[in-house]
Amino acid sequence: MKLDRTQLALIAILVAVAAGGPFLPKWALFLLTIAVAKGLVALGLMLLLRAGLVSFGQALYYCLGAYAAGGIGRAFGISDIFVQMLTGAVVAAFFAWLFGFLLARYRGIFFGLLSLALSMILYGLIVKNEALGSTDGINVLPSTLFGIRPGEATLRYAVALAAVGVAVLAALLVHRYMNTPQGQLAPAIKDNEIRVEYMGASVQQAIHVMYVIAAALAGIGGALAATAVGHIDPDMAYWTSSGEFIFITILAGTGSAIAPFLGAVIFGIIHTVAYDVSPNTWQLTLGLSLLVVIVFLPEGLWSLFKRRAARKAA
Amino acid sequence: MAVILDAQGLQKTFGAVTAASDINVAIEKDSVVGLIGTNGAGKTTFINMITGYLKPDAGSIHFDGHDITALEPREITRLRICRSFQIPQLYQSLTVHGNMMAALGVLLSNAGLGGFFSRGTPLVPGHDAGAEEVAARTLERFGLSAYRDSNAQTLPGGVRKLLDIALTIVAKPRILLLDEPTSGVSADEKFGIMEMVMKVARDEGATVLFVEHDMEIVSRFAQRVLAFYDGRIIADAPPEIALNDPEVRRYVVGGALQRLGQGAGAEHA
Repeated sequence: MKLDRTQLALIAILVAVAAGGPFLPKWALFLLTIAVAKGLVALGLMLLLRAGLVSFGQALYYCLGAYAAGGIGRAFGISDIFVQMLTGAVVAAFFAWLFGFLLARYRGIFFGLLSLALSMILYGLIVKNEALGSTDGINVLPSTLFGIRPGEATLRYAVALAAVGVAVLAALLVHRYMNTPQGQLAPAIKDNEIRVEYMGASVQQAIHVMYVIAAALAGIGGALAATAVGHIDPDMAYWTSSGEFIFITILAGTGSAIAPFLGAVIFGIIHTVAYDVSPNTWQLTLGLSLLVVIVFLPEGLWSLFKRRAARKAA
Repeated sequence: MAVILDAQGLQKTFGAVTAASDINVAIEKDSVVGLIGTNGAGKTTFINMITGYLKPDAGSIHFDGHDITALEPREITRLRICRSFQIPQLYQSLTVHGNMMAALGVLLSNAGLGGFFSRGTPLVPGHDAGAEEVAARTLERFGLSAYRDSNAQTLPGGVRKLLDIALTIVAKPRILLLDEPTSGVSADEKFGIMEMVMKVARDEGATVLFVEHDMEIVSRFAQRVLAFYDGRIIADAPPEIALNDPEVRRYVVGGALQRLGQGAGAEHA
């Protein structure tokens, strides 16, 4: 099997993190893990955005994934990071499949606001529910990998490596999906739904499938964030979280399955540095950086790579 | 000859406007039928009902013996009843090649080919080649190869029309419905486009229904003419008879000639 550039780059990233991880400070590994968690959500949003849909409520599935991961810890004492991520994906995908029957009928602002409404309903439910820890949230068991609990020194590295491993796998699968006929239908749906239907495809079904994939990815991201932070609270479903995910997706662009992770890492860096320099005005820095990207790189950061590739080809 | 499409008692009203009142028409396999009539006479409504975009208030449509009256556009398309549009429906952000690949992707996907787990290049259903090859061949047949990498948004009118039809042809239509294939195309391009499209349709063995305002094109290409007026079919005959029918001359052809404002006024006498 011949690998294309995206596949090679993803595998190179995994190798680089595996080899370089032990030399990184713990805080950097933690930031990387959180960036990967958010990147997974953005990867799903990118799929939807390619079809012209913006979900303002993807935090719904991020939060569901996190509470699913926390829930199996509480109920069954399971703390394996891979089982947590799998559970997060399954729970999120199930609810997305259910809600998808409604949402796949809507487009534009209606799709966005309906998804926002659903996420705020979950937020409200958790806040009012003492069993789920209400606004305080609940603690998540420390992560284990295949039944082994890594020592204090290696825990951050092990979690980060597991995160990057799963993210690379997810990106490879999404990359492959984007190249299937259905995946390639996304820009066609964005352009002209009537034509898609008159070629014999169901737009609603295609959107439903993408919506479920996006939710599963967000569920994995949520579970990962839960186990990395060790604590979950309803703010994960709050609309500002959804906004953050859209921010990352727009920052990154829809050019490649790697882009959302690049976007998430850069978001994490801007956020951390801005907060460090000026804790009260970090949002200002974030806003300005997004403004710069939208004005100068309307197709996101990834277009920098595409331009280089185009120049090389010329 | 065998009837391939049979519409009986079709009715459709939009508020006070009657777009179809008791339309009965049977289309024979391999025929080429021209639909004429002034704007609002019910031609496009007829096509929209056949392709499932509009559901008739009453009546039925049978294709090859199957009732297709209640089917969705995509289900009707999958039966290989395909249409082009008066205003070409293209994927504006994609290249010409991208448009073709999107169309071929749907064919593959509907046949369960080229999916997530498949390997290699599957053959496009009805063709003996993979998608890239079929796309290249189709563009060649329509003389569009030079535009392969042009963005659909930047294409001239005639090319847009041809691409719109090319997108429907790859599905190997059994019935091809063309809604004003030459509208918005310059007079000297019209015949060339029609020649090309009709040749492809013939090669594919498609039965053709086309809506047309240019009576020269109708009399040249149609074997049978359906003249629409006020939601009814007022004439159903070969072109030389239908276009000379007094009612058709009064309500359809005369109007068309006046609108064209060309030297064909002599016929209007």
